[in-house]
Amino acid sequence: MIELFNSANDAVCGFLGINSYLQGVIVMVCINVIAVLGMSVLTGFTRLFSFGNAGFMSIGAYTTAILAVQFKVNFLLAIIIGALFAGLVAYLLGSITLRLNGDYFLITCLGFGECVRVLFNYTKNLTGGSAGYPGIPPYSSMLFSVICAVIAFFVAWRFIHSKYGRNLTSIRENAMAAEAVGVNAYRTKRMSFTFSAIYAGWAGALYGGYLMYIVPSSFNLAKSCELITTTVIGGLGSLTGSVLGAIIVTVLPEVFRALANYRMLLYGIAVVMIIMFKPSGLYGYKEFSIKRIIAFFRNLGKKKAPQPVAASEQGEEAEKK
Amino acid sequence: MSEEKNLVLEMINVEKHFGGVHAIDDFSVKIEKGQIHGLIGPNGAGKTTIFNNITGIYKPDAGKILFDGKDITGTPPHKVAQLGIGRTFQNIRLFSNLSVLDNVIIASNLDATYNMPQAIFHSKKYKDREKFVQEKAMELIRIVGLQDRVAERANSLPYGHQRKLEIARALALDPKLLLLDEPAAGMNAEESMELVEFVKEIRDQFHITILMIEHHMDVVTNLCDYCTVLNFGKTIAVGTPAEVKSNPDVITAYLGGAD
Repeated sequence: MIELFNSANDAVCGFLGINSYLQGVIVMVCINVIAVLGMSVLTGFTRLFSFGNAGFMSIGAYTTAILAVQFKVNFLLAIIIGALFAGLVAYLLGSITLRLNGDYFLITCLGFGECVRVLFNYTKNLTGGSAGYPGIPPYSSMLFSVICAVIAFFVAWRFIHSKYGRNLTSIRENAMAAEAVGVNAYRTKRMSFTFSAIYAGWAGALYGGYLMYIVPSSFNLAKSCELITTTVIGGLGSLTGSVLGAIIVTVLPEVFRALANYRMLLYGIAVVMIIMFKPSGLYGYKEFSIKRIIAFFRNLGKKKAPQPVAASEQGEEAEKK
Repeated sequence: MSEEKNLVLEMINVEKHFGGVHAIDDFSVKIEKGQIHGLIGPNGAGKTTIFNNITGIYKPDAGKILFDGKDITGTPPHKVAQLGIGRTFQNIRLFSNLSVLDNVIIASNLDATYNMPQAIFHSKKYKDREKFVQEKAMELIRIVGLQDRVAERANSLPYGHQRKLEIARALALDPKLLLLDEPAAGMNAEESMELVEFVKEIRDQFHITILMIEHHMDVVTNLCDYCTVLNFGKTIAVGTPAEVKSNPDVITAYLGGAD
């Protein structure tokens, strides 16, 4: 099965002329896209901040790796179980912690992420401890990762544009009013948290398959922070913004690779700039749409009365929803 | 007995304390189907506390609240809403960054009966329900007269329109009972009279019962069938607006509150 995907991948890459370095970058982009989409649903749409999503990534990664290596489970099934297991852990954690308000929830997530990392460090018999877990089959080919990212985006999009997504947004906007129109805030938050953890677990599983080797320290607090900053850069409340953010944050360090250690500095500056000049992120509360771009260029042509076009465009979007 | 059957809301000896403060003291009320019942009283009399006890934001310390004959004392807010009690807030609480349409659609969870796989694969049921929800929301928006502003953001609307949008959102729950918290606040005389007509219209069109908190006496006189006057958590008068207005206790409460 893995061979099938990998030979298909070789064929596609050979046909398109994508070298192995570029393939690696694309795989990392896809992995980050999936993790950030999860973060986006939680932070951008529900306004819950979690500094523990790297923990869910590691749960997904280790579960998948252990299933695939020790129990010889088919990698597709292993990924699904890994992601769902991360979701289950989030469901249980959320059941306890989501009754807490904003900051307290954030702190428990932070603590949870660190606990998971330490746990994987100490359970040497199962996870190999800090020496890492080697020998994971290389299932995360470029083709497979891209397919995963597309499916992830599709599912997240449909999820957000249904009553579930509306409920999340209503919590973000005004929790008290949401309850007054029959939205169960607690369960809705927990659903959002579980959804985000499943995505994190999924991304973690792909990460393991790409590097073929995982260590607990790659899922540290810095990784969680990176997920949050990426979501904020891309734009809160926007799935396409999150995808854009994930692409930029993954590709930018590669572009500046020649600058060696200074690239993290530049990355930091870029984040600060975006937060200063565009606090809602690149695509805050808007989705990327071809229609809007066409309308924008039409307006450029007319140079007059952009207001009515913008209004009708919004109307169309509302109708689409 | 036939009268009893028609009771939509009944509160029996409800009490709520905050520390040593008796926000509501031994409050009882009976509201019949189709009535518009006013809740009046000076600031801090406990009117909004009564709303919050009905809608489950607070749990009463004593007493019982019956809705349609069912005990709803201490039921959480989302369940109360699902049972059919819609409300508006004194300080408007809209989903301010969302469009007018989305504000109303969010209140349609009970109509959107599809499940997760159906939503993700856009099954026929999903499409039917979404279409229904959309049309229903548009209809409600048309009834409150905001049809030209469907795509606008809720917080960009003028104040009066925001109040109407809140009512439309509450109506999307198909409520049996509508709780209006100072719907005429900040309105001038003309706007208030418009509101009176509007509330009567929705009462007749949706066959709902309304409990409202209001300060404008002209609104109360023109709109309410009965009213209850509160002062410091205690009921000081019950009756038709005309009866209440001439009650000496009420007059002292209002005038006494001024010193």
